[in-house]
Amino acid sequence: MSTATNEGRGRRMGGAAGGTPSTAAHALLPSPEPVQLVDPEGHPHPDDRYPLPDGDRLLGAYGRLIAGRRINDQANALVRQGRLAVYPSSHGQEACQVAAAVVLGDEDWLFPTYRDTVAVITRGVDPLEVLTLLRGDWHAGYDPHEHRVATQATPLATQLLHAVGVAHAAKLRGESTVVLAMCGDGATSEGDFHEALNFAAVFHVPVVFFVQNNEFAISVPLKNQTVAPSLAHKAIGYGMPGERVDGNDLAALLAVLGAAVDRARDGGGPSLVEAHTYRMQAHTNADDATRYRSADDVERWVLKDPILRMRTYLKTLDLLTEESEQAFAADADATAAVIRKGLNTEVEVNPTELFEYVYTEKTSQLREQAALLREELARDADAAAAGTDGSMEGDQR
Amino acid sequence: MTQTTEAPAPGTTLPDAGAAPAPRATTFAKALNAALADAMEADAAVLMFGEDVGPLGGVFRITDGLTARFGEERCFDTPLAESGIMGMAVGMAMNGMKPVVEMQFDAFAYPAFEQVVSHVAKMPNRTKGKVRLPIVIRIPYAGGIGGVEHHCDSSEAYYAHTPGLTVLAPATVRDAYFMLREAIASPDPVVFLEPKKLYWSKEEVDLAELRRTYDDGEAPRRIGRAVVARPGTDATLISYGPSVPTALAAAAAAAEEGRSIEVIDLRSIVPFDDETVCASVRRTGRAVVVAEAPGFASVASEIVARVQERCFHSLAAPVLRVTGFDIPYPSPKLEHFYLPSVDRILDAVDSLQWED
Repeated sequence: MSTATNEGRGRRMGGAAGGTPSTAAHALLPSPEPVQLVDPEGHPHPDDRYPLPDGDRLLGAYGRLIAGRRINDQANALVRQGRLAVYPSSHGQEACQVAAAVVLGDEDWLFPTYRDTVAVITRGVDPLEVLTLLRGDWHAGYDPHEHRVATQATPLATQLLHAVGVAHAAKLRGESTVVLAMCGDGATSEGDFHEALNFAAVFHVPVVFFVQNNEFAISVPLKNQTVAPSLAHKAIGYGMPGERVDGNDLAALLAVLGAAVDRARDGGGPSLVEAHTYRMQAHTNADDATRYRSADDVERWVLKDPILRMRTYLKTLDLLTEESEQAFAADADATAAVIRKGLNTEVEVNPTELFEYVYTEKTSQLREQAALLREELARDADAAAAGTDGSMEGDQR
Repeated sequence: MTQTTEAPAPGTTLPDAGAAPAPRATTFAKALNAALADAMEADAAVLMFGEDVGPLGGVFRITDGLTARFGEERCFDTPLAESGIMGMAVGMAMNGMKPVVEMQFDAFAYPAFEQVVSHVAKMPNRTKGKVRLPIVIRIPYAGGIGGVEHHCDSSEAYYAHTPGLTVLAPATVRDAYFMLREAIASPDPVVFLEPKKLYWSKEEVDLAELRRTYDDGEAPRRIGRAVVARPGTDATLISYGPSVPTALAAAAAAAEEGRSIEVIDLRSIVPFDDETVCASVRRTGRAVVVAEAPGFASVASEIVARVQERCFHSLAAPVLRVTGFDIPYPSPKLEHFYLPSVDRILDAVDSLQWED
């Protein structure tokens, strides 16, 4: 077993094919340092392999970044007002959110997690439909087929396998669909992460696995998840390339994710991209981050903020004008206003709908149970109309 | 292969139209194989995948010949990872395919449990029906074949307890064919439990005739429909899957002792056919549920509860259960002590407070 390299797989490595086993394997390794094209001070940081995206593309994405931050702020405020049950904020990770959405075409699919609300909205899904889950009206509020955005996954890493299946089906039909599947650093410890990457590689399907390493899985730091050199290094174990990117550098994210999407679309197979970023806020509003990390740690990341550096960069190049800044802010405010207005409007939930979608056709048991609930509701309504308390009447029976 | 009737070559004499093709002794396994092939022939979206289902044809040969006939894009082996198989099936079903997956053995399906419970079963409800998952999860299941541990579990209760799943367990060769076709055509996810010990059971059937019957829409619906497998008047045995032949044997033995026992074959555990079951029990006034799975918190328990709730005033005796003991499935030399037997069923029937 000294020649452990599986030469039969070599043809599936795309760019890695052709060389000797050791060079082929080496080509799968990520950059020693995360790819960065604009540094935290807003200075360009050229990289031979990844050209800087052009000004228009950056400017458009920057506008989405401003909107993304505003969406996070607005959603947090709505939790405080009791309008959302919970909100896992992507504050600080907005560059990842925006890039994941804008590198995809209409025919592509996005598989987001619960923290990727901004990515889902950036992809074009109605913000109020997205927030249905966290508002508590139903589970998934939008039609996944409409914008090709899967439901937001709350179990970890399970959606990565669904992404592989969507890509596999598209490939079998000869379509050019690419699937971008998101997960966090904690999810890389799950078995389904392993199975998804392995299945994607074996079936050579067009999936970009995009890990937002924000350093914490709720309270547990990355060092308790893995001792791998980086999460991107895990790719080589599946025979796919891995890449690391500065997760707060919008330009680098657009370049690296864009290249991975192009590669997948061109038949190069799956790849793994790890973005190094930081969860600036607690896991959710129910979490207390002071129990497991210091304010100094958080402060260090404030200086690496994705908006700050992109603003400096774009202004230095005279790409970002006063007028466009105002326009972006107005757009962001408009989105926030839609969210605020929508969530401050009481939506009536329909209890009998509980039975509607479990099966395509209700079973006789579900018909009985739906009838039972309808009777209870009718009794309550009658009691309310008669000025008595329905539940009291029920108790007296 | 797509033709249902072969056009005769010019100049040949047409065969006698009245001469039906002779039914042949056909195994349960072959009927499943034919159902898969016919479904794949009828619909290009139907895919079959799992462990060893490709060139080998599955460890029980249920997928025999499918890769050769339909190509390795339609019937293929996956890496050895059940959650991967199930999760990939979810994505494929989201994107227009109708995956049929094989979990190699009942207990080997457990790594896929999260995908089944959290995604396969819930996706249509989560999305208000916008995403349907027409997936069939084929599981060779239950014991009676002298299998070693982890190869003989009766796992139906886990699935039956999960809203959103249809759970089927055929007991006859004809039902194996028709129910698998119906499962593949269903817009809802189906857990299709194949009793391993019945794989090599045979019936005289003509598979081409079954295909015509199904394709012409003449096969009565079986999902959600129990059937009276043997009519009787004195007591009802309620059973499904691997326990149906045992219940039938018990009814035959009881007949020799002068008792007329009706046997209900549920076929469909979910949806459950209260109507057929309760109509029988109301007629006979006595009932015993027979199932291999451990009895505690089981499908059998659910049936007893439903029957007592609905047929209390028709009952002459408590509804009893003959089930597996509440122990892990025994090793091969001990399994016959565990499995519901004819004698154990007859003993239960004898204890139903007869007045004679």
